[in-house]
Amino acid sequence: MAWIDRLKKGLTRTRSGFTDSLGRVFARGTKLSAIELEEIEEILIAGDIGARVSMELTAELAKRRGRASGEELMSTLEAGIAERLAGSERPLALRKNGEPTVILVAGVNGSGKTTTVAKIAARLREHDRKLPITLAAADTFRAAAIDQLEIWADRVGVDLIKHRIGADPSAVVFDALDHTHRVGGVLLIDTAGRLQTKHNLMEELKKIERTVAKKLGRSSDERLLVLDATTGQNGISQAARFNEAIDLTGIVLTKLDGTAKGGVIVAIWDELKLPLLYIGVGEGVEDLHEFSASQFTEALFVN
Amino acid sequence: MFDSLTNKLNTVFSRLRGKGKLSEADVTAGLREIRLALLEADVNYKVVKELTGHIRERAVGEEVLQSLSPGQQVVKIVRDELISLMGGEHAGLSLDRRPSVIMLVGLQGSGKTTSAAKLALKLKKEGRRPVLVAVDVYRPAAVTQLKTLGESLDVPVRFDEGRTPVKIAAAAREWSEENLYDVVIIDTAGRLQIDKEMMSELQEIKAAVSPDEILLVADAMTGQEAVSIAVTFDERIDLTGVILTKLDGDARGGAALSIRRITGRPIKFVGVGEKLPDLEPFHPERMADRILGMGDVLSLIEQAEATLDQDKAERLAQRIKKNQFTLQDFLEQLEEMQKLGPLSGILDKLPGAAKLKGDTAVDESEIGRSLAIIRAMTLEERLQPSIIGGSRKKRIARGSGNKVRDVNRVLGRFKESKKALKLMTGRRGKGRSPLDILGV
Ligand SMILES: Nc1nc2c(ncn2[C@@H]2O[C@H](COP(=O)(O)OP(=O)(O)OP(=O)(O)O)[C@@H](O)[C@H]2O)c(=O)[nH]1
Ligand SMILES: Nc1nc2c(ncn2[C@@H]2O[C@H](COP(=O)(O)OP(=O)(O)OP(=O)(O)O)[C@@H](O)[C@H]2O)c(=O)[nH]1
Ligand SMILES: [Mg+2]
Ligand SMILES: [Mg+2]
Repeated sequence: MAWIDRLKKGLTRTRSGFTDSLGRVFARGTKLSAIELEEIEEILIAGDIGARVSMELTAELAKRRGRASGEELMSTLEAGIAERLAGSERPLALRKNGEPTVILVAGVNGSGKTTTVAKIAARLREHDRKLPITLAAADTFRAAAIDQLEIWADRVGVDLIKHRIGADPSAVVFDALDHTHRVGGVLLIDTAGRLQTKHNLMEELKKIERTVAKKLGRSSDERLLVLDATTGQNGISQAARFNEAIDLTGIVLTKLDGTAKGGVIVAIWDELKLPLLYIGVGEGVEDLHEFSASQFTEALFVN
Repeated sequence: MFDSLTNKLNTVFSRLRGKGKLSEADVTAGLREIRLALLEADVNYKVVKELTGHIRERAVGEEVLQSLSPGQQVVKIVRDELISLMGGEHAGLSLDRRPSVIMLVGLQGSGKTTSAAKLALKLKKEGRRPVLVAVDVYRPAAVTQLKTLGESLDVPVRFDEGRTPVKIAAAAREWSEENLYDVVIIDTAGRLQIDKEMMSELQEIKAAVSPDEILLVADAMTGQEAVSIAVTFDERIDLTGVILTKLDGDARGGAALSIRRITGRPIKFVGVGEKLPDLEPFHPERMADRILGMGDVLSLIEQAEATLDQDKAERLAQRIKKNQFTLQDFLEQLEEMQKLGPLSGILDKLPGAAKLKGDTAVDESEIGRSLAIIRAMTLEERLQPSIIGGSRKKRIARGSGNKVRDVNRVLGRFKESKKALKLMTGRRGKGRSPLDILGV
């Protein structure tokens, strides 16, 4: 299946939820009552877009009610979201001049970091068979986290730098940077899951980035937050706190193959302007796609 | 610290003072804030709608109690409603058969494997003989993960390379029976509730081992989808309960309310950390406070009550009132604080405190250092700090392995804290926050 079809397939569920119910609301006529506006607001909220953004969007609709057709109202709504997401997409930043590219992957527990590291590695591998790729097993805490990354490294055919469980994650990163300096190419750092409220763990993450900066003489090239699309409004706190800690460069939104819509990214982009690089739509390495704001929006509404 | 919802409602209700009863219009205005608060907490919008309906009925015409502000009164009604929705007494596990079987199910990454090991530890502590069973044959290193956890607990982990999850589960149950193990905990692979094949697999496992408990492991950060996830798992395999994980963060956890309301299945445990002892019984009151953004103040108070020596506390209150608070009292207070456990754990339970922690970086080692310094003083010095001059300071610094500068800092802190305590008792405890009480 072409990736665009997979994406569409992944997003159809997202889409149908919205459009079926919206279609019903709009079909009742263009003169939206207060109750119908509330229904529209609820449909948006159901997609985890959040109460505040949903209320703003419906307020825009309310201004136009009575004057527009159902279809026009629909596109007003769509335009409202598209506008909010404008500029949110960005490709992965890869260094071209032979210098190593360093990608740090972080996020809360179980969001899909390790799988995403494998997916990005596989994607880079597919694009360039000769590109040296190294994974750093910087989750030295969770049981079998290293084994998990090792299996992925073998499957994808990339290098792995690991220490023992319980080792200092920064030390792993230090060695991985050494290795990358020798072989060149891309280094992907898989970090342990951590809740954004845990002071010590966030300090540990900062230390990892400091290690990179010291050895590289500059910051890492990408500092990505892996966000589970099933997450509700806590996603905002995740993005804000991880951003505070390591100055994120972007977000990967995983598990969009489920029924969750990942609407919280609208508020995150609104408030923090953190671009979205990829979406994850499955557990295999091929289930990673570049994020497209227009498709994401369209997919929410297209009949 | 005052919770923001009560504040907001008080603003909404400020017109109302003196009117005595909550009118329809007042309640409508208040309900908008409540609706927002619940939605921000990720309570499912359908549940929110139903709830606000109930609350309207209950609140309109309600007498505003003398002791409460109208805002507090409405929050109280909402809180009561949430607590009753999330169900009365703590629901435990029913594991009467030998062996009993527990099956853990849920979405990818929700915390099943970790929770399986947590349950094993808990049951072991209760004198049971648990066995862990790995039937996640899909995710890389899923089996190794469970094996590692099992080893750390000295609990056997059953797995058969190359066999299907159904066969592994059935064989493990048989093995447990033969070897006199009495609880079989099955850790299944993560799956989407819309994945038909994977959901049938669960039905087959269920048919093969007829579990006593089928627990949905759900992430506390889950948004509006919590309902559809729980409903589908429940429809397919009849859940007996829920474990809500990752409550150690700042997720408001509205999913708890949604799942309970829509499926009727009780939340049996909550996960409060990555480590294996981090599993607690579910408390509806605490959850209600959390959802309403009032923090886990209750559990903090409980914890404080459990550890604080009542006599000491009473004596302390007396001394504070008489402005006789000494370094000796300060020492005792710090010691009590240490008994409450790591400070970070306390702060995590308070709304907004996370920020405070980041900003001022309350340092555990700082408390340790202060304790060492005060302990290096003589009793006389503790009771009468004014006698501590230069040479005494030097001795105390040496004795505690610190610098005179550190001793000065502790003495400064003590003075500040004395002042603050005086102020606090002056206000007669009004708006007293747990942070104040702890002297942080
Ligand atoms: N359906 C689906 N599952 C995913 C996706 N990405 C990851 N997963 C699954 O989610 C679970 C957790 O993924 P991991 O990559 O281990 O997550 P993590 O963030 O590294 O977890 P920790 O290191 O424990 O914090 C695994 O079962 C993955 O297979 C996705 O896009 N869709
Ligand atoms: N902070 C915190 N982390 C938790 C809690 N429970 C589990 N975790 C973490 O969440 C991540 C995922 O946990 P797992 O037990 O591997 O989740 P799972 O449901 O078995 O994942 P899959 O098998 O991949 O579907 C790990 O990093 C765990 O350490 C909890 O209560 N608090
Ligand atoms: Mg991982
Ligand atoms: Mg697992």
